[in-house]
Amino acid sequence: MMWFNIAKAQSFMPSQGTEIAKQVDNLYGFLLITSFIACVLVIGGMLYFAWKYKRKSPNDKTAYISHNTFLEFLWSFIPLVIFLGVFAWGWFIYHDMRTMPKNALEINVLGKQWAWEIEYKNGYKTVNEVVVPINEDVKLLLSSSDVIHSFYVPSFRIKQDAVPGRYTALWFRAEKLGEFHIFCTEYCGTSHSGMIGKLKVVSREDFDKYLEQGQEERNLPLAKKGEKLFAVKACASCHSVDSPAVKVGPSLFKLFGKEEVMDDGAKILADENYLRESILEPNKHVVKNFPKGVMPTFQGQLNENELNALIEYIKEMK
Amino acid sequence: MAATHAHGDNYINHEKGLWSWLTTVDHKRIGLMYMITVMFFFLVGGIMALLLRLELFAPNAAANVGGVLKNGDVYNQVLTYHGAIMVFMVIVPGIPAILGNFFLPLHIGAKDVAFPKINLASWYCFMAGAALAILTFFFKKIDTGWTFYTPYSIKTGTATVMMVLGAFIMGMSSVLTGLNFIVTVHKLRAPGMTMHRMPLFVWALYSTAILQLLATPVLGITLLLLAAEKLFGVGIFDPALGGDPVLFQHFFWFYSHPAVYIMIIPAMGVVSELITTFSRKVIFGYTAIAYSSLGIAAVSFFVWGHHMFVSGQSETAGILFSFITMLVGVPTAIKMFNWVATMYKGSISFDSPMLFALGFLFLFAIGGVTGIMLATLPIDVHFHDTYFVVAHFHYVMVGGTLMALMGGFYYWFPKMFGKMFNENVARLSFVFIFIGFNVTFFPQFILGAMGMPRRYFDYIPAYEQLNKISTVGSWLILTGFLLGLWAIVQGLRKGEKAPMNPWNSKTLEWQTPSPPPHDNFNVEPIVTAGPYEYR
Ligand code: HEM
Ligand SMILES: [Cu+2]
Repeated sequence: MMWFNIAKAQSFMPSQGTEIAKQVDNLYGFLLITSFIACVLVIGGMLYFAWKYKRKSPNDKTAYISHNTFLEFLWSFIPLVIFLGVFAWGWFIYHDMRTMPKNALEINVLGKQWAWEIEYKNGYKTVNEVVVPINEDVKLLLSSSDVIHSFYVPSFRIKQDAVPGRYTALWFRAEKLGEFHIFCTEYCGTSHSGMIGKLKVVSREDFDKYLEQGQEERNLPLAKKGEKLFAVKACASCHSVDSPAVKVGPSLFKLFGKEEVMDDGAKILADENYLRESILEPNKHVVKNFPKGVMPTFQGQLNENELNALIEYIKEMK
Repeated sequence: MAATHAHGDNYINHEKGLWSWLTTVDHKRIGLMYMITVMFFFLVGGIMALLLRLELFAPNAAANVGGVLKNGDVYNQVLTYHGAIMVFMVIVPGIPAILGNFFLPLHIGAKDVAFPKINLASWYCFMAGAALAILTFFFKKIDTGWTFYTPYSIKTGTATVMMVLGAFIMGMSSVLTGLNFIVTVHKLRAPGMTMHRMPLFVWALYSTAILQLLATPVLGITLLLLAAEKLFGVGIFDPALGGDPVLFQHFFWFYSHPAVYIMIIPAMGVVSELITTFSRKVIFGYTAIAYSSLGIAAVSFFVWGHHMFVSGQSETAGILFSFITMLVGVPTAIKMFNWVATMYKGSISFDSPMLFALGFLFLFAIGGVTGIMLATLPIDVHFHDTYFVVAHFHYVMVGGTLMALMGGFYYWFPKMFGKMFNENVARLSFVFIFIGFNVTFFPQFILGAMGMPRRYFDYIPAYEQLNKISTVGSWLILTGFLLGLWAIVQGLRKGEKAPMNPWNSKTLEWQTPSPPPHDNFNVEPIVTAGPYEYR
């Protein structure tokens, strides 16, 4: 095991800010060692043969060895087993990375050329600075207002593209106080390399204080903003929000997280992406028993921020 | 076969004048024309690489050379051209179009390729596409990166359409070459040359040709869709129009992943030739090498999603793509072991082509194991789009393909020009390139592990030391290439006359005079045994 720790220590990975980071580094340490052994075998073998069987006279006789089935089986089978083992191990960790914890603290992160815009549930907005409490699950809901960006925190070993036109997400649970770099890793134009942010891990008290301050600074909670918009854009004329009663369109009451049946029989989970699609392309999927073509599209009438607010509003109708 | 032709008539002096070259349908001359043009593009792409490295010598905050490229826009343009030129104009056409064109017919004992005129047309196609692509530089530079990811490529105000058309036309050239090679292999083999007596280089070209024929049209269609999107706003990729930007990535990598194998399989073919010849020993596992090329080619169509683990594709897709990618690792590993085993009990000489082949094995081993790392899901999440990836693909494309291209070039130089090059200068050139290469690119693995993203015009101070080392390495590489150029130019000017078979190789191209006559062979060869019967 000493070898293993040495390999990890020499791996130049940034400090481990999360449990996942440790797991990733374990796997990486293992890969470093196996790779090193493989290289020693191949390169070492090559150098040894080159030295041992160096040409001695212009007409050396050489052995006639065209193949060896047993050897060939061995050196196909052993790599296969190793590769599949590594794959399975990787799958295991990746599954944890991709399974969003329930009840995580959610924060919206919007990528744009060339900054990260962060918005907390209470409507507090910042740029290039994410503050999170230590030892709590945090889920970042990523989107983009122009081109693809990618949210990357090396110390947490997490990365996820922020794609315009849809939400993607990632989660982490920070275990170390301090400041960590956020980079954009999807090339996004002129100042791509300047799109750098800070992720600050603080105690729960400091986090509450931070949000309160932000709150005082101004602004309504995201859901409150959504409520206003809901009225302004006249959504309420077709959708009820306080009861399951149906108007022209389906009720949105307690809709989030439910499965909706479409007119073609398909079932769709009402998650953020579904809500987004229903607002921007209402006729792509129509809920069973409702007429097609009634709801107008809101494409172009809502900016990302307003969409976030509306969706948040719908999410909070519990 | 001691047939030396009267007056030394050969393909070079068979006809005279520039016009006879520009209208030639001789595969050997076309191979040379590719060689000259590809070398030119390599020079252009190389100068750009040096500029990029110079820019990265120090962070911009530092008051020294950092800042040669003025600002992010210029850096991004130079980066785009460096990548696009190296990929579309150097590495993809490189081995098949230069060495393949020249030696495939000689290898199988044919007089020419199956469609000589199409062969010439594909060179013109290549030149037209390249000209279109390079012209954008002089009039409306493009800054999308060679991958043209949407929606950036749609939004940016530069010459995407023209560039993409250039790439499309070069793609046509690639398809034509592939088609030509497939038919040539099936129809023009000399009497006695069964498929299983073909040299492994031919097998590699054959597998590559299938990939070119099947994969390149997908890129063509994708690029046309992109052009349509940009010109007419049809709404396929642009989310603002209801399109899906990730769809572009799927399309793009569906070609470009197999394209990675279009780049490396021919190199593997060359290396197989070099290792047997300079070990003077029959290749170990001929069938395994031949069929693993085909196997890799087939599987490579199903792994494109490993470029998109963090793009927002589903978890299940990520897992499947990771799994299939692991499977492609196996035939690659088999080849490595076969080459090393070929050296066992051989009689190994260290002529410069062999040095390049050994360099290939060394660098490709590192490129290969880091490839497995990138195929491992959670590790790629950390490494994706960082310098680790930059290091990995340079180890594969430069350390692999380019090493093989140069090794092959020195190996066949006597046959192509009938002259010997200066062996000592060539070896020195190898030493500089090999050391310089590792100094340039090994630190980039570490930079990637530390988290430095790629396509960065500037970086935080923590990354400075390693970037400095890397830049110094690029100067060593430059020195190596200049020495290599000198070895070649001197060889052409006053090299000794080359014998018919200076390396005592067994394959057919060495059984005809150097340089070969216009019709390749004075006497039609008849094949009675496998290609590597060193006994
Ligand atoms: C002297 C040798 C070379 C040096 C010093 C060099 C250097 C670089 C640098 C600094 C980058 C930018 C990396 C980034 O920021 O992402 C780059 C990108 C790249 N290079 Fe090279 N390079 C060399 C040779 C080559 C060759 C021979 C090829 C192709 C066969 C090649 C293919 C590429 C590609 C495809 C990219 C990616 C461009 C992109 O990200 O859009 N390079 N190279
Ligand atoms: Cu960005």
